[in-house]
Amino acid sequence: MNRRVLHIARNTFREAVRDRVLYNLIAFALLMSGAAILVGQISIDIERLVVINLGLTAVSLFGVVIAIFIGIGLVSKEIDRRTLYTILTRPVRRWEFITGKFFGLAGTLLVNTLCMAVGVFAALLYVSHRFQRADGWVLVALYFIVLQFLIITALALLFSAFSTPLMSAVFAFALFVVGCFSEDLRGFAAMAHGAEKWLATAAAYVIPNFSALNVITSVAHGQPVSGQLVLYNTIYALIYVLMALSGAVLIFERRNLK
Amino acid sequence: MPAIEILGLEKTYHVGFWRKQAKRALHPLQLTVAEGEIFGFLGPNGAGKTTTIKMLMGLVFPSGGTARVLGGSISDPAVRAQVGFLPEQPYFYDYLTARELLEYYGQLSGIPGQERRQKVKAMLERVGLGEAGNVQLRKFSKGMLQRVGIAQAILHDPKIVIFDEPMSGLDPMGRREVRDLIEQLKQEGKTVFFSTHILSDAEALCDRVAILHQGQLRGVGAVAELTANVQGKIELIWSGTTAPAALKAISAELHVSGDTVRAVLAEDRQESALDILKQSGLRLISLTPVRSSLEDYFVSQVGPDKISAGAGS
Repeated sequence: MNRRVLHIARNTFREAVRDRVLYNLIAFALLMSGAAILVGQISIDIERLVVINLGLTAVSLFGVVIAIFIGIGLVSKEIDRRTLYTILTRPVRRWEFITGKFFGLAGTLLVNTLCMAVGVFAALLYVSHRFQRADGWVLVALYFIVLQFLIITALALLFSAFSTPLMSAVFAFALFVVGCFSEDLRGFAAMAHGAEKWLATAAAYVIPNFSALNVITSVAHGQPVSGQLVLYNTIYALIYVLMALSGAVLIFERRNLK
Repeated sequence: MPAIEILGLEKTYHVGFWRKQAKRALHPLQLTVAEGEIFGFLGPNGAGKTTTIKMLMGLVFPSGGTARVLGGSISDPAVRAQVGFLPEQPYFYDYLTARELLEYYGQLSGIPGQERRQKVKAMLERVGLGEAGNVQLRKFSKGMLQRVGIAQAILHDPKIVIFDEPMSGLDPMGRREVRDLIEQLKQEGKTVFFSTHILSDAEALCDRVAILHQGQLRGVGAVAELTANVQGKIELIWSGTTAPAALKAISAELHVSGDTVRAVLAEDRQESALDILKQSGLRLISLTPVRSSLEDYFVSQVGPDKISAGAGS
């Protein structure tokens, strides 16, 4: 990786750590240990199902909140505080700054997710007393959750490149919610006619397909995830991230830093 | 080759909800800064100094014209590597220590590891922050932050240093230190371009100055050249406690202290004033020419109303 991108990414990660972003892990640890103890007492034969469902949903929600609320400030906060002036007047290109910021937050989310994954598996071990072969699919679900984070981070950066933090948060969160129901949108497009069909189909393609990246329920039931889906989701997420980041760079390249 | 060439640089902002209202921040500006000189960019607040500097640094895109730094474009990273910049009222990542911040900027400027560590240490000592290197910037005073700002601007040993209001918010000692540092930079062969509205600093330091007002260049040249064209003034002191009415009408200033009266008036009114004093039977004590200062020139170009607005900021 370009060294300047790497330095900016490392500093973004350091900022998140020093701003105590990883403190959310404490809340997550409390949630998981509380849930594991409670489930162990009241559930019969469905402890695994409940722990995986609850654990992965919590990993997803905690990460999405971090991705949106830090992502929207990655550029706008630097402009507001004018910290950007002493960065972009060095031999740093604007695309390097955007890319570095993206990788910095992506790295923060990855470390956060890894720590949470350890918590989920610890809770699983507590309720099941041993790991099963099907628990391996939890790793695939976690991988898909990380892909979701990458898309949301890129979108938050895109909005942050031209909008206020509040509006960026609204846009990013709205897209996340709509994206979670994108399969329904595709179903609606298939049934609609005329202009409605055209609009719904266009929206279904533009909005990130978070439905396809959510395999929590099937994994909780021990169902395998196909290699094809892993491949398609990986390619889809990478293309989406690339497009959102390219948009952010194109906007930011033309932006006056008043 | 000039260090900085500003060739018709201009900026118009579009304001209002529909962005239809045009507001001109800078009229086409022509300016050349030679290598190795200290150049002062003067003007009251809102004159367009910061806009010009931001365009020069590639932070704001011009509506017209162009600028060349060391013969190249500022959009070229190789040119930016030769320039150090201190923004107005700088703010830095306050979760970092001064040492970490300078390390980070050194990395972005491409200074290799061992050399970078040595430079950071030496720079912290140079700006008087050797003891505070490991303190987080959120605990720094405004003056200390300004020192960090200067340190980051010259860390990579640039050929040109651009400071936007470097003395702003500093106490007299701090201002003195910045002045000394600018002089040291000149002795090291660097070109220093700085904006200020503190005229005494510019007069003491600059080889040449440019005066900007309402986005337009009002004058450029050496301080002596500029002040030579300002209409001279004289100071008259006579015995007494009052001034004749005719003298009051032609005097710029009148001060009564004890049993003497002092009047400052334009040089071309000297003969009339002496006649009035003679006719009134007053005894003249002294007649002294008043040396024109940069402030006089500034007032003649900008107007006293704008100066008082600028000095208050």
